[in-house]
Amino acid sequence: MTAAAPLLRVEDLRVHFDTDDGTVRAVDGISYELQRGRVLGIVGESGSGKSVSSLAIMGLVDGERARISGRVEFGGRDLLALDPEAMRAVRGNEIAMIFQDPLSSLHPFHRVGDQLAEAVRAHRDVSRAQARARALELLELVGIPDARRRMDGYAHELSGGMRQRVMIAMALVNEPALLIADEPTTALDVTVQAQILDLVGRLKDELGMAVVIITHDLGIVAETADEIAVMYAGRIVEHAPVARIFGAPEHPYTWGLLASIPRLDAPRGEELVPIPGTPPSLLGLPRGCAFAPRCPYAQPRHHEVDPRAEPVPGDPAHVVACLLEPAQRRRLWAALRTPERA
Amino acid sequence: MARYILRRIGWTVVLLALVSAVTFVIFYALPSADPAVLRAGRQASPELVAQIRARLGLDDPLVVQYWTYMKDVVLHFDFGFSYQSGESVRAAIVSRLPATISMTVGALVIWLATALPIGVISAIRRRSLLDRVTMTGALLAISAPVYWLALVALYLFASDIGVIPIFDGANTYVGITQDPVQWFASLLLPWLVLAAGFSAFYARLLRANLVEVMGEDYIRTARAKGLPERRVVWRHGVRAAITPIVTVLGLDIGVLLGGSILTESVFNIPGVGRYAYDAIRTADLPAIQGTVLFAAFFIVVANLVVDIAYAFLDPRVRYG
Amino acid sequence: MTGDALVEVRDLVKHFPAGGGAARRGAGVVHAVDGVSFDVRAGETLGIVGESGCGKTTTARLMLRLVDPTAGSIAFAGEDITHLSGGRLKALRRDMQMVFQDPYSSLNPRQSIGAILAEPFAIHGLARGEGERRRAVQELMEQVGLNPEHYNRYPHEFSGGQRQRIGVARAIALRPRLVVADEPVSALDVSIQAQILNLLRALQRDLGLTIVFIAHDLAVVRHMCDRIAVMYLGKIVELATADELYARPRHPYTAALLSAVPVPDPAAKGRVRQILGGDLPSPTDPPPGCRFHTRCPRAVPGHCDVVEPALEAQAAGGAAACHYPLGA
Repeated sequence: MTAAAPLLRVEDLRVHFDTDDGTVRAVDGISYELQRGRVLGIVGESGSGKSVSSLAIMGLVDGERARISGRVEFGGRDLLALDPEAMRAVRGNEIAMIFQDPLSSLHPFHRVGDQLAEAVRAHRDVSRAQARARALELLELVGIPDARRRMDGYAHELSGGMRQRVMIAMALVNEPALLIADEPTTALDVTVQAQILDLVGRLKDELGMAVVIITHDLGIVAETADEIAVMYAGRIVEHAPVARIFGAPEHPYTWGLLASIPRLDAPRGEELVPIPGTPPSLLGLPRGCAFAPRCPYAQPRHHEVDPRAEPVPGDPAHVVACLLEPAQRRRLWAALRTPERA
Repeated sequence: MARYILRRIGWTVVLLALVSAVTFVIFYALPSADPAVLRAGRQASPELVAQIRARLGLDDPLVVQYWTYMKDVVLHFDFGFSYQSGESVRAAIVSRLPATISMTVGALVIWLATALPIGVISAIRRRSLLDRVTMTGALLAISAPVYWLALVALYLFASDIGVIPIFDGANTYVGITQDPVQWFASLLLPWLVLAAGFSAFYARLLRANLVEVMGEDYIRTARAKGLPERRVVWRHGVRAAITPIVTVLGLDIGVLLGGSILTESVFNIPGVGRYAYDAIRTADLPAIQGTVLFAAFFIVVANLVVDIAYAFLDPRVRYG
Repeated sequence: MTGDALVEVRDLVKHFPAGGGAARRGAGVVHAVDGVSFDVRAGETLGIVGESGCGKTTTARLMLRLVDPTAGSIAFAGEDITHLSGGRLKALRRDMQMVFQDPYSSLNPRQSIGAILAEPFAIHGLARGEGERRRAVQELMEQVGLNPEHYNRYPHEFSGGQRQRIGVARAIALRPRLVVADEPVSALDVSIQAQILNLLRALQRDLGLTIVFIAHDLAVVRHMCDRIAVMYLGKIVELATADELYARPRHPYTAALLSAVPVPDPAAKGRVRQILGGDLPSPTDPPPGCRFHTRCPRAVPGHCDVVEPALEAQAAGGAAACHYPLGA
């Protein structure tokens, strides 16, 4: 890691929901840092807490039944300690977020241009005309053809890819330092996905933004991220530079994910090895390692003791939360790697 | 859109013709009493009755009677003459329309002014004490029959018979051109009574719609943009939640313009509703027919206006 | 393990009226499937891939006669089923079944899974009697990896992956010859997808099923299928064996599609990717000539925008509908 102060530092973030059936520990103590201009990919399946953690950073978690604790340092402040008005000034301005379904994420009754201009005027003291001009500028930047006409149109008149471009434009209109993209391409066709990821990559470089990209698709993070955090049951189980996650992963869940996905670059006939069982319910998580019930290498002790995130010996940038001995993990991984993938 | 409107107007005409035909059949072909007897009054001689039958054309085939009636309505805007008073039905209705319109507009203003804020606040502060109290109150207001509410209101607040005499009671209505102050004072209690049920209904409807809308993804986006919460609630939330309310509002206005029979009767306000009530009571067939057609007309037109308004409110809806 | 053609589709066309009642104006017709011909060989797994609006789901429904074709013919086991109806169509349903995409909405929440799985038997008058039916259902549940004790549970008590197993069980209950799986794993978590895919392969082996596998995930399709058809705007643009298609795609669209799929290998970051420009044309107004010419980097004006290419056999096997196929 570089010596410069990180743009974002998350410390022991927890988001617990009190429901009639008990406490749902959606995010259960995650910590990470993100430097300026870097891309962090957060990978996880449903119930991993990947989306909720980012919503908590943005202050968008439904406050009534949620208990949020921890620290989120950004620009010298703890975002979780800010009052609502101060946090509002940060949202859409210094940190922006785009979501999964662009059709339902854009207001159906307001014109596209108005929705963009509104984002400008929420944080900048400019006239309506200036805000509209800025909106047009952004629409052209994200590659919307015939942008001037589209400004006065509505969301439902655009294709899925175009809508996501509008969302991106809306997020970048105030040149945020950090962009959080929550499954931005899951609802899109694969060729459109390529366009959008390409766009985000270019804009990131142009604007010098840091990006957090949340997804379940390992292919996307391999191609876009600098570092990857793997989440399971509300915790980060592994966090490392992207080459390490794919080349020398340390956590059995990561191994399981890599082994269970069909890949275009692996031989066709290769058997997929699924992870047995199902992701846990976040209500009443068992004691000990949350992955232990599904882990082929779990020992009795693992059902009692909570694993803590620790650096891998010899590589401080690589952190893993696993109770297996590092040497043992290396042996297991070496055995799992098939010759073709060496 | 123009094609759509033309098509709908065509259907409106068809619908009104249908309504008039059905009403006609009910009143003239299946009457509970012979219209000529009703027209003739008490102790009429058989000759007088026969004379009246001939004059009213009651011995003609039903279709001819209907045709004559419709011709008069469409070409001369003539709805016949009241059996009771002999007065032109059209004149009677037109002279009573201002009172009904006064009732409708006043109640409308009151119920919207109360329902909108209550609905929004209840939705935003769900499960708060305010929310629970207002929604329970609303349930009571909706459940209470309006004539009961009117009578209770008079009993409690009428200046002449009330326990706490603060409002003008029944029989105090005058036209706005005659005495604006008295007009206003006389309508206060009827407005409140009429608005009560509607206000309650609209508040609950808005609350339900808004709660659903506030859970939508575009609200999350609006907050993510850093918009002030008030703007999120009103410009994004209420704006989306209001469209079904506009639909219902248009229809309610259409119905009310046809005359709120019960309220007008209890407060003795000389509107179209009161006229209809009297007409029913005295089996005054032309008057009944006239009020039915008027009411149907307003409802059908309100339907059309509301559908067109919807296309303006929701850009996803496009008629062709 | 491929044999004779089990399903033969010839020049299949399906047009939908676009927008409410626009048929009388004639202008709005969605060309969902516009002249598609292929065989499904007995015992194989045929994949159909494409992006939104390509017509793959409609093709699947046409094959199963869930939708009536506008034109063209479908034959199953040598018999023309294009216009089959009534009792004969119902009998056909025993032989061809579908697994649906969304395990959350394709099961009736008010029925216990025992009831859901007993229905196919009841409809076709098999396994009469309470006891026999129950046994048949429990056997079915075991076969798909569900606990037979959960006979009386309701769908909401199961996870997404388990519900999809129920969907699969329902499809194979009567031992059909053909199973059409319409995006069977798209709605599932990654770690569960592999379970269902492995289940489908195992069942195919054990029951001798022929599977038509529809998906948008190219890596999954390559893993599961022997031959693959690529669709674009209602037409098949390429049809080849899985090995051939992925190693040497002939149609530019196939190449673009493959190029767009992100590979879970960071070393691939620097690879040359072909980003397809433009937007998908509207299916109500498909481009003249080759439908792909508006976005094709190899399109030749005057030819590709005028003459529609037919699906032609290529030198190395397989077929592509292109005037200037890759590697030619």
